[in-house]
Amino acid sequence: MKPSAFKYVKPDSIRSVLEIISTNENVKILAGGQSLMPMINMRFVLPDVVLDLSQIPGMNEIKFSGESIKIGAMTRQREIIESKLLIKNCPLFVEATSLIGHRQTRNWGTIGGSLCHLDPSAELPVVARALDAVIHIESIRGKRKLAVADLPLFYMTPAIEPDELVTEIEFTPWSAGHGWGFFEFSRRVGDFAIVSAAALIELERSKTVCRASLVLGGVGSGPVRCKEAEEILLNYSEPDLIEKVCDSLRNIEVGGDSQASTKYRRHLIGVMTKRALRTAFERAQQPVIS
Amino acid sequence: MTDTEQISTISRVSLEVNGVSREVEVEHRLTLADCLRHKLNLTGTHIGCEHGACGSCTVLVDKRARRSCLTLAVQVEGASILTVEGLAEPNGDLHPLQTAFHNNHGLQCGFCTPGLLMTLMEFLSENQDPTEDEVREAISGNLCRCTGYQSIVGSAIQAASILRQSR
Amino acid sequence: MDTLIGENRNRLEDFTLLRGQAIFLDDIKIPLMKECAFLRSPHPHALIKSIDLAPALKIPGVETIFLYDDIVSFFGTNQMPFDQGDFVAPKWSYPIILPQYEVCFVGEAIAMVVAENRYIAEDAVNAIRVDYEPLPAVSDCRDGLRNDSCFVHQSSNRNEIGSIIATYGDCDPCFNSELFSFSLSLKQHRGGAHPMEGRGVIASYDPKNKFMCVWSSTQKPHKLRNVLSELFQMEEEYVRVILPEVGGGFGAKAAIYPEELIVAFASRKLGCPLKWTEDRREHFLSAIQERDQYWSVEVAFDSNGILAAIRGTAIHDQGAYTLAEFNIPYNCAYAVPGPYIVPNYHMEVKVVETNKVATVPVRGAGFPEANFVMERIMDHIANDLGIDRAEIRRRNLIPVDRIPYEVPLKARDGKPMIYDSGDFIGCLDHALKVSSYQEFSSQQQAALAEGRYIGIGVSNMLKVTGRGPFEGGMVKISRTGTVTIATGAAAMGQGTKTFLATICATELGLCPSQIKVITGDTSLIMHGVGGFASRQAVTAGNAVHLASRQVRQKALLVSSHILERPADDLYLADGKVQDKKDSTINLPFSEISKACSGAKGYPLPDGVAPGLEKTVYFEPKNLAYANASHVAEVEVDTDTGYVSINKYLVINDSGRIINPVIVNGQIRGGVAHGIGNALLEWMGYDGDAQPVVTTFAEYLLPTSNDVPNIEIYHFPTLAKNPIGVKGVGEVGTICAAATVISAVENALRPFNVQISEAPISPERLVELIHQ
Repeated sequence: MKPSAFKYVKPDSIRSVLEIISTNENVKILAGGQSLMPMINMRFVLPDVVLDLSQIPGMNEIKFSGESIKIGAMTRQREIIESKLLIKNCPLFVEATSLIGHRQTRNWGTIGGSLCHLDPSAELPVVARALDAVIHIESIRGKRKLAVADLPLFYMTPAIEPDELVTEIEFTPWSAGHGWGFFEFSRRVGDFAIVSAAALIELERSKTVCRASLVLGGVGSGPVRCKEAEEILLNYSEPDLIEKVCDSLRNIEVGGDSQASTKYRRHLIGVMTKRALRTAFERAQQPVIS
Repeated sequence: MTDTEQISTISRVSLEVNGVSREVEVEHRLTLADCLRHKLNLTGTHIGCEHGACGSCTVLVDKRARRSCLTLAVQVEGASILTVEGLAEPNGDLHPLQTAFHNNHGLQCGFCTPGLLMTLMEFLSENQDPTEDEVREAISGNLCRCTGYQSIVGSAIQAASILRQSR
Repeated sequence: MDTLIGENRNRLEDFTLLRGQAIFLDDIKIPLMKECAFLRSPHPHALIKSIDLAPALKIPGVETIFLYDDIVSFFGTNQMPFDQGDFVAPKWSYPIILPQYEVCFVGEAIAMVVAENRYIAEDAVNAIRVDYEPLPAVSDCRDGLRNDSCFVHQSSNRNEIGSIIATYGDCDPCFNSELFSFSLSLKQHRGGAHPMEGRGVIASYDPKNKFMCVWSSTQKPHKLRNVLSELFQMEEEYVRVILPEVGGGFGAKAAIYPEELIVAFASRKLGCPLKWTEDRREHFLSAIQERDQYWSVEVAFDSNGILAAIRGTAIHDQGAYTLAEFNIPYNCAYAVPGPYIVPNYHMEVKVVETNKVATVPVRGAGFPEANFVMERIMDHIANDLGIDRAEIRRRNLIPVDRIPYEVPLKARDGKPMIYDSGDFIGCLDHALKVSSYQEFSSQQQAALAEGRYIGIGVSNMLKVTGRGPFEGGMVKISRTGTVTIATGAAAMGQGTKTFLATICATELGLCPSQIKVITGDTSLIMHGVGGFASRQAVTAGNAVHLASRQVRQKALLVSSHILERPADDLYLADGKVQDKKDSTINLPFSEISKACSGAKGYPLPDGVAPGLEKTVYFEPKNLAYANASHVAEVEVDTDTGYVSINKYLVINDSGRIINPVIVNGQIRGGVAHGIGNALLEWMGYDGDAQPVVTTFAEYLLPTSNDVPNIEIYHFPTLAKNPIGVKGVGEVGTICAAATVISAVENALRPFNVQISEAPISPERLVELIHQ
């Protein structure tokens, strides 16, 4: 299990990256390498050029403009978990990231790498979708933004052209006092989730839901946003609400594979959603500590 | 530098390994694990799966635990690497973590052991007084087929206590 | 003399391992050594129409590529050598070195590339062009029995290549009587061995001296030497196999594989050292597994739950080749009764080929499957009669007053199966006591009231250990005064060196750390068998014990001559033979050793043969039967099917314990393996026999979060061998799956769930809960 031959380049600017990827065929962009390198070792991926982003300054910053949070594509999962800014403003991000892999992989795995790899079971695309995040993309043709909603084309294939580079992701944090919950079921600690659910809840003073976001992972080729469920959540506060929400998920299209059948995944959707929503509600009802 | 055809697939890499500056010529595709083992003759870093799932090849790169099978040697230019060979004192005395493994039967065949030691080196530097559950979480990315882990967890807890006292 | 046996002692092996200085196979460096990689079949069954090596040979750094023709023109055969006596399968099932035109499983080696390094060798493997014609394949062994099934080999005329029948008494009348009965279908799967170090071999042929030196990460170095000797027609003295540090075996390294022979062949052909290191994907595809079995049993018992008869059949997935004998099917058929009294018994295990890699024993060797059957039977009887599960077991266990107990079956060596020690009921009762078994049901009720599903399981096991025919120990005091042991026993992580040194140190009055132990070097001991079947403490342990004792006696005899003191007045301590009353009268080991090597022209004293050394081959007269009782407490998340093991206890009888540290480690590791078999490990194939599990992301080995702390209590009864020791290597594994699954079933009693398979996945549990 040794990699095929390739050229390795480590440019020191985004400009230089864009030039290389626009003029060369079969370039693979190496971010944290935790998903790409196994595929290269197994020769499932046979790149001509491996382009390492680690030398580019400023790509691992987490910034809050007051309006939105921007996370550089090369931000390591560990940096997300340790980010005070995210712990305060977007704990969902931190909670989900802490479930990714193991310490060795979180040390090096990046948010940009995870979004572009787009494993259907991965945590970060689910969270990004729940937050209505937008991905910043550059190429020598220019810059563009892509909603995470529009990221998955099909199985493990993002809507990103070979000459494009993801530079950062941006989202607006929810207001202080929102509730969040992220639950996943995996066979062992650190394994890819079979099914995951991310929930965000905002309550009015009257304790009714004024804003909700519910996203599932491990269900389709990309994160599945549950719009119908979110609508049920809005303006309700009865205790049987969660059951109703779970009922609404019965018709979601679900894929199966050798790890878990369609039926079991569908079952887990209900379980994980319930847990995520309950936790999100509980947290939303707690007084805000600033 | 737009025409990658001009770029050689062999590079010289300078790095520091266990406190010693090394320079080595590597093919770009050479993994750090193979570089350590076969170019630098540091065969204490073991290769168990080559797909980042067993943790045997874990080393510290700039003090961070990293799977050396998922790392290219060219990537660590300028970095400081610590491998299992660098744990004992120059006079040969074992590191307290190594001693704790010996005292707690924390190893059997010993193949996964270097990876576990390096993972725990990082973990114990961040958590001086870990609970058993925290140790179990920390080593969840290191597979061991021999021990059933209990003695490894015990070794880590004992090492933490010795390291606290010596601090 | 103070015995060191039984003391807790940290291991001698640890220091080089902890420093990263131990030399495993892939760590060996030999000048001019080249590396090998194998082209392996991507098809479960196919004809090779053509092979084009040209593009691969053009790659710079590629030395050559070997195929079937090269092997046959050199050896005159393509057959893997095997012990003819053992061989029971039809000819098509004979293992081959390289296939000529037909491949029969995914991963079967077709060609070997020799290149400058492994990277280039793999480039070449990828560049070889093979034109295959896929053939239909047998994936599920049950399908292989159908009349309309295709065959595993083109030359086959059936897929059922044999059957093993274990039988005694008369079952049938029990099923036509007043007795209670039920039938039970069980599906069992055990995965692979997965030592953290894969297989690997280095061969270095010296053309000038016509000498072959081979290092292999194997459990059977002497067997490999013998095979190479026969194949190359080279005397044993000219073939040396050396065991490097071995990173676990668990059965995967107990077979002789084509790769070992091809690398040796290529080194001889090219006259340069060659290395092949198995990677993890190759381990998934080409190392042996244990895999699938389907059991159907019927059980007759009386109203007290006392067994009257068990009869049934099992279908065993043998894979595409039979590596030597039907050892798993044999063990499965014979091991079901275990520590229980089964008055009438008839079990047939059908051996069915599939287009998958061969199955031979993984840690436990068929005993885990047999145990699972027996323990499921016990739970079913208990449920049927409403009698406590532990009580049912107690009623059927062989009571201590019937030991020695002869099972009405013959062991594989044809000798009677006699359990010569053990207190199975005592062991169980101890387990129930220390686990507070009786109090569990009130805890269970309380948990249930909170909506939590907890359960307890208890099982008993018995394992044949210390299998012969022999193992050797050479104990030598050298002219430097130091003591060396050489043995054919294979160390692969079990602390072999430490326990052998401890046994020897006891006899020679030394510290174990003063003794060097060399395992698995065929140049230092002529005969050996190796590491499998929990045998080495019994066989090598007793050999070293007896050899050490004889060396001690000789040291005393020779010293008695030199010191002119009666031997009875002397004893061994601190590397010297000393007078018991006056320690200033002494002779260091070095002097005794020199005296034994003789001086020119002067005869040795009467009755003293040259050399202060002794080799003993210990041949066990009977097998040693180790037993244990296990208790597990689990909690099941009924929403997800996730099982957490909250508590695990082992009451173990492995006879006299040489070193509790090592024995406990073996038990814990064994239980962890069994937990993998119960809940996690699954080597999946699709309906066409294509493996769907080829990485550690898909094959779930237990991690640090999956294995609980394991409480161990020893309940030793001495075996009838000089030390009194029984084996332990597999003992922890064997009833772990049965114990865990019994506990899971107990936790899910409110849902009336019955579990008839192992491993049991969370998905399957959810399905059963909602049935």
